[in-house]
Amino acid sequence: MNVVEMVGITKRFPGIIANDQINLTVRKGEIHALLGENGAGKSTLMNILFGLYQPDEGEIRINEKPVKITGPTVANKLGIGMVHQHFMLVEPFTVTENIILGDERSKFGLLNIKKAEKEIQRLSDQYGLKVDPRAKIADISVGMQQRVEILKTLYRGADILIFDEPTAVLTPQEIEELTEIMRRLVDEGKTIIFITHKLKEIMSTCDRVTVIRRGKVIQTVDVAETNENELAALMVGREVSFTVEKEKKQPGEPIVKISQLVALDHRGVRAVNGLDLEVRAGEIVGLAGVDGNGQTELIEAITGLRDIESGSIHINGKDMTRFKPRKVIEAGVGHIPEDRHKRGLVLDFTVSENMVLQSYYQAPFTKRGIIQNGEIDQYAKRLIKEFDVRTPNEHVPIRGLSGGNQQKAIIAREVDRDPDFLIAAQPTRGLDVGAIESIHRRLVEQRDKGKAVLLVSLELDEVLKLSDRVAVIYEGKIVGWVDPETTTEEELGLLMAGGKKQEVK
Amino acid sequence: MQQLFSRMNKMSTFLASLISIVLGMLIGAIMMVAAGYNPLEAYNALFVSALFQPYDLGETIRTVTPLLLTGLAVAIAFRTGLFNIGVEGQFIVGQMAAIIVGLKLPLPSGLHAVAAVIAGGLAGAIWAYLPGLLKAVRGVHEVIITIMMNYIALYLSNAVVFHLLAPGADSTEKIPDSASLRVQWLSDLFGGARVHLGILIALAAAFVMYVLVWRTRLGYELRAVGFNPLAAEYAGMNVKKSVILSMMISGAFAGLAGAVEALGTNGYLPIMNDFTGIGFDGIAVALLGANTPVGVILASILFGVLEYGGGNMQFEAGVPFEVIRVVFAAIILFVAANIVEKIFHSRRKKGVKTNA
Amino acid sequence: MAKRSWLALFLCAALVFTVVGCSSATTKKGGFAAGLVTDTGGLNDESFNQSAWEGLEKAKKDYGVDIKALESKSDDDYIPNLTKFAREGRNITWAIGYKFDKAIPDIANQFPDAKFGIVDSDLGGKIPKNVTAVTFKEEEGSFLVGVIAGLTTKTNKVGFIGGVTSPLIKKFEVGYIAGVKAVNPKATVSVAYAESFADAVKGRSLAQSMYNNGADIIFHAAGGTGKGLFDEVKTREKGKYWAIGVDRDQSNLAPDHTLTSMVKRVDVAVYNVTKELKDGKLKPGQHVVMGLKENGISMADKHVSPDVEKKVEEYKQKIISGQLKVPSTEAELANFKP
Repeated sequence: MNVVEMVGITKRFPGIIANDQINLTVRKGEIHALLGENGAGKSTLMNILFGLYQPDEGEIRINEKPVKITGPTVANKLGIGMVHQHFMLVEPFTVTENIILGDERSKFGLLNIKKAEKEIQRLSDQYGLKVDPRAKIADISVGMQQRVEILKTLYRGADILIFDEPTAVLTPQEIEELTEIMRRLVDEGKTIIFITHKLKEIMSTCDRVTVIRRGKVIQTVDVAETNENELAALMVGREVSFTVEKEKKQPGEPIVKISQLVALDHRGVRAVNGLDLEVRAGEIVGLAGVDGNGQTELIEAITGLRDIESGSIHINGKDMTRFKPRKVIEAGVGHIPEDRHKRGLVLDFTVSENMVLQSYYQAPFTKRGIIQNGEIDQYAKRLIKEFDVRTPNEHVPIRGLSGGNQQKAIIAREVDRDPDFLIAAQPTRGLDVGAIESIHRRLVEQRDKGKAVLLVSLELDEVLKLSDRVAVIYEGKIVGWVDPETTTEEELGLLMAGGKKQEVK
Repeated sequence: MQQLFSRMNKMSTFLASLISIVLGMLIGAIMMVAAGYNPLEAYNALFVSALFQPYDLGETIRTVTPLLLTGLAVAIAFRTGLFNIGVEGQFIVGQMAAIIVGLKLPLPSGLHAVAAVIAGGLAGAIWAYLPGLLKAVRGVHEVIITIMMNYIALYLSNAVVFHLLAPGADSTEKIPDSASLRVQWLSDLFGGARVHLGILIALAAAFVMYVLVWRTRLGYELRAVGFNPLAAEYAGMNVKKSVILSMMISGAFAGLAGAVEALGTNGYLPIMNDFTGIGFDGIAVALLGANTPVGVILASILFGVLEYGGGNMQFEAGVPFEVIRVVFAAIILFVAANIVEKIFHSRRKKGVKTNA
Repeated sequence: MAKRSWLALFLCAALVFTVVGCSSATTKKGGFAAGLVTDTGGLNDESFNQSAWEGLEKAKKDYGVDIKALESKSDDDYIPNLTKFAREGRNITWAIGYKFDKAIPDIANQFPDAKFGIVDSDLGGKIPKNVTAVTFKEEEGSFLVGVIAGLTTKTNKVGFIGGVTSPLIKKFEVGYIAGVKAVNPKATVSVAYAESFADAVKGRSLAQSMYNNGADIIFHAAGGTGKGLFDEVKTREKGKYWAIGVDRDQSNLAPDHTLTSMVKRVDVAVYNVTKELKDGKLKPGQHVVMGLKENGISMADKHVSPDVEKKVEEYKQKIISGQLKVPSTEAELANFKP
């Protein structure tokens, strides 16, 4: 039986068609993945199903009956529940209080918390959620909070559960647990729609997958009959290579020389503790390490955003220790920051304005103190085209762009300034395969042009794939160098955990 | 195409403000009916007398002038991520500095007024420097500091009048004509009203704000720092300098407001029992004007008309002025809570549903 | 759809305004018409604005004078408000309070045919031809309440709370001190200024500290600030702590604790001057001073003992007859011998 049928759904937003004649059929008792790049229209479609948006055209059938879903309450009544990516929980409240919030079944205006607690306990046991109904939200882990969201939908009697990118916030261990829970749910007769752009998860969890690209359905396929490469191609619209083409190259002279660098973190602890590092022209140096071992502080110290206690930084032979950010930028350092919303972009600025964030004060963007908007727009247009930033135009606030396109905008800006030394921190965090591929290509391109690239990433895969050399950082020091061609995950893991190793150069 | 959309967006903001105004006046009307007054007669008295007689029009413009400047002061701070609630205090020191120059610095006509106006703007900027500095260097929230600076300004001004400018009197002498912003032909044009050259300064300030914020390198920096100081720092901007500067620019506008009010309207500085309220009204003006120069001009005109016309309404229709305060408050509430747009949106949704 | 209906509503409203707009009110000519502009205190200030209005209301009752009032919301309103009456052709427009001392000369100059009155200011002696300036001998009334305080105090400590330090309020202070010292040389007078006429909280804290320091009677000349005095005295023991009101009978603020009030008969002044102008007995351009003799000052007796009252009456007659000259400045106080 088809529990959900969405036929010819079209939804337009100013300047964009988010959903274009989308057909989606979900069978009872399956885990159905909705795969697409960021901004492809997956979330819009699910928000329509959940009643948060109204479609401009099309029909929805639930359990083979046509329905009009005018709001989440109606969706709830139809047995549709949604587990949002960003939890909607009241922190000081208990699990039970959060679950009954908005659905308080009261008698003469009195809540029966005990009864609700019992019901929640029962549901938790039935689906193996292991949630304590009396725990406070503030006290439980992110994974547990997500399960509270699942319980919330079950408590409201949902048979069709929509998961909106549920794994984005979870640790690998929690992801495994979630997979199990989802299996249990379908075993008990529920149906799941799973929004994601991670191919591995689809292969390991789902039954069927519908691929959406630029607002249109490309294909619905059985997971058993496909593979990651095929899915990636469907999603992006062309063959995606998971390996990065990279020729062997002889690196040139050292561009960056960092010696005995010491910098404090915000608590005054030595986050960078006597670090030495050298990056040469025409090479990518990967910095591997467990999060919080001084990576952030190191980058900030290099770029002038953090005070340096001692040690020195030389760029192109010039002493750049304790230079202001602008001086560092002018000395030829590009920086793709690890948090694009925090540092990388002014979200309320337009795409154009963000493209000149560091160079706005120079000709031709400013003449005699006056900003030259025409010049800036021309420049932005060129970068948008060259770097394939998907945006309606250069005048929209960059906030409205998808994460991948925001990141592409930052990379366009940093790369086009043609720096001798490019720092790329978590350059692909949260992005889909298409965007990741293009960003990786750009980094390698910089290396091939003879620039020095420092890649800081928590994704070991990425570090090993792109780097010519890998430095392992542990407690603010480089504790070892490995050759990405020959090293093993075990060796790296040992180093990252503080184990010793002799130099492999 | 996209520009069309953004223009439509602007239009709908304007329309939402307009509807908020009408709704606010409607609430005022309901109050009047409830209290046994005739709202049509009252509003008629308000608008007709504020706008259609030369004298009253002149006085309305006079009322609008400082509101426009304080509205701009608040708006420019908002644009750069700061909430300058100290406009009132900066206004007061602006008044004070202008009057000091007006009384104590013998200068030739023309130059005297210019010097006094500049002194007022400078005083406002200096008064805003301290909160800006504390915000930039110590991270102290500007709202707290500026509120306290308001009181300091009030009592400083009173102390200066009492001890220095007019020992033992309640207010200073009038400034000489050389420092006045009043000009005979302008007054004559408006039936002897106290309209003065300050309105030209205020309009020029609106233009300056537009150019400064949206057309200059400095404005780009100020906005970037306002929206996202961390990104601004990353991009090599001097965040501390920007915060201080934007406070000072805002303060300068507020100081100018005080200066033109002192030099144009009153010509003297009294010992004040309480705040003038013109600085605080600037917050409402900026809010209604959506922090844009044109919006602030329109909003200050509306508030000026209501403020001045409200007196006439009391005179001719016998309706207490408090009703106008209610109308003010209702309009601000509608704008601040964005109620109109919410109504619009739910309508739009419903419209779609019927198509579906 | 929604847009259009709103627009229609707005247009309708605009249309109605303009149509109704043709019938603007004008004053009927013929009878005597008086206008009154309050300072920022407003008509219901329970003080001289209200008192002045009562004077005009009496004039209306007795002589059918056409009266109307306008309240000022800020100092900026003084001139437009006065202008409105002047343009209406009122026979006299009263400006209540010394705060009008800058506006009145301007407006008198601008409307030479209109007539104005100002209460509480002599305009620095430069009174235009079409203005009547009325002031009071506050020192005389203050002297009498000083006599009452000096005779009533048990602790030999009394207090004075002033609004803003100014020559006018000094008259109160000096007269009061002279009165206290005249009957009770041992008594000390503590003096404090709130530097505000509208800060009841400050007034209360000043009163509190004076009472705590032993004063049992406090006189104020501090407008709205003085309300704090009454708030404070109410909380204290009846019959032991007293407050003395000013401008009008303030006993309603603390009926059991108000010893007396020094009443400035603004109503009498406004009534008399309006009447004399109407009858042509008074030529504008003069300075009218209202003292005990002119009935411009009186005492509201509440809890004053008969013995004390007798003494007060004695001093009152001395002042009226000119036998006693009450000091009005600190310099005069220094040389004052009762």
